[in-house]
Amino acid sequence: MSAFLMPSLGADMEAGTLMEQVIAPGQSVARGDIIAVVETQKGAIEIECYAAGTVTEWLVAIGERVPVGTPLARIDTGEEEAEQAAPPQPEPTPQVVEQAPEPAPAPRPVSGGTRVAASPAARRLAAEKGVDLGTIPVMSGQPIRHGDVAAHLKAGDRPESQTGLSAMRQAISASMSRSKREIPHFYLTHQVDLTALTEFIAETNAGRAPEDRLLQPVFYLRAMARALKKYPEFNGHFEKDIFTPAEAAHIGLAIALRGGGLVAPALFDVAAQERDTLMAQMRDLIARVRAGRFKARELSDATITLTSLGDRGIDGLFGVIYPPQVAIVGIGTPALRPWVVDGKVLPHQIATLTLAADHRVSDGHRGALFLRAIDRFLQEPETL
Amino acid sequence: MTRDDIAKALGEELVRIAPDIPLDEIDRSAELRDEFDIDSIDFLNLVTALGKRFALEMPEADYGAMDSFDHMVDYLAEHLS
Repeated sequence: MSAFLMPSLGADMEAGTLMEQVIAPGQSVARGDIIAVVETQKGAIEIECYAAGTVTEWLVAIGERVPVGTPLARIDTGEEEAEQAAPPQPEPTPQVVEQAPEPAPAPRPVSGGTRVAASPAARRLAAEKGVDLGTIPVMSGQPIRHGDVAAHLKAGDRPESQTGLSAMRQAISASMSRSKREIPHFYLTHQVDLTALTEFIAETNAGRAPEDRLLQPVFYLRAMARALKKYPEFNGHFEKDIFTPAEAAHIGLAIALRGGGLVAPALFDVAAQERDTLMAQMRDLIARVRAGRFKARELSDATITLTSLGDRGIDGLFGVIYPPQVAIVGIGTPALRPWVVDGKVLPHQIATLTLAADHRVSDGHRGALFLRAIDRFLQEPETL
Repeated sequence: MTRDDIAKALGEELVRIAPDIPLDEIDRSAELRDEFDIDSIDFLNLVTALGKRFALEMPEADYGAMDSFDHMVDYLAEHLS
């Protein structure tokens, strides 16, 4: 017998709500199967089982919110008294020093598959006041208007307004505060010429149907994964004063959510994926994230993060490292800039590449070499 | 297929990608991606959906002609006729 426990999906998680019992009592479960869906501050997370056997009973009802470590189900593994088959705790939960906010009573899913319809004015006001649009009662089928948000603010005695933060903001607040408190960040910036990349993508996509077209982040990811092989001190986890380099580059991709907030789930072993495969994985991941549903290990196992501002952003950004990772690479919006080539000024497609890294683990010199390596690989897009 | 039919179809695909944006409140002549706050992958998903729906290739080189709601309708109308 073994117990399946409420997993910890990051340092900022104290409790989770059981949303689905995917495997019914009496059914068998294999290692790696999705056994349950848990609602956290970041959305609905599919939880994999780390034991094989038969689910004998569920110990927690659907909709119940329980602390991390609570047994959720019993699994008959066929062994006498097996170790408790808990998923590996990504964090032995070094408790955040500040008092975490009281678990808000049933925080609404960040996105339960449906997105909230709201007018731009309503969204602006909600963002300004830190109101989760999902918590505002409306007639079904009616978009939320400015007046609805104002009325909600006036009523203002919901427990959530004690902190003024939505569940998503609380999650971001906890991990980013910890990052800024514990990680001595250093920052580097480098201009990278993306002319060759832009041309290569345009040529490649010219003969392709929309579903097969590539986007720039695929090449950023591939270039990073390759550079990380040479500079492994930017790829891994720092825990209990020890840095453990990762064996592969599981790159977290920062994805903005429409309701506000962001998550950075991992694309696994980026170096081992062909670029078309990686593109398909990226589309799938983004679609699932936008629908508010992804896998536990996608959240806990990223070893470095990439944040790409896309083509409607600004020049550059300096990221905040997501603990226990030790680095975050940023790439701004590429734009035509004057660039000197062989003594001539020419318009080239230029973007600002940045690195925020953990000074406990690495230094600026190696960081500069790491960024230069990414630059070098981006000059040969056909090899990525 | 009339222009209204095309606009309706485009609206349906946009609601799927940006359900929080009320169609009747956007500026149809303004930058499509700004009005709907969609990024390059959302736009690729939109083009993929429209390409399948209308059996059009919608090459990347034509993206410039799809830069507002109205221009997208023009583009589709032209290629469907």
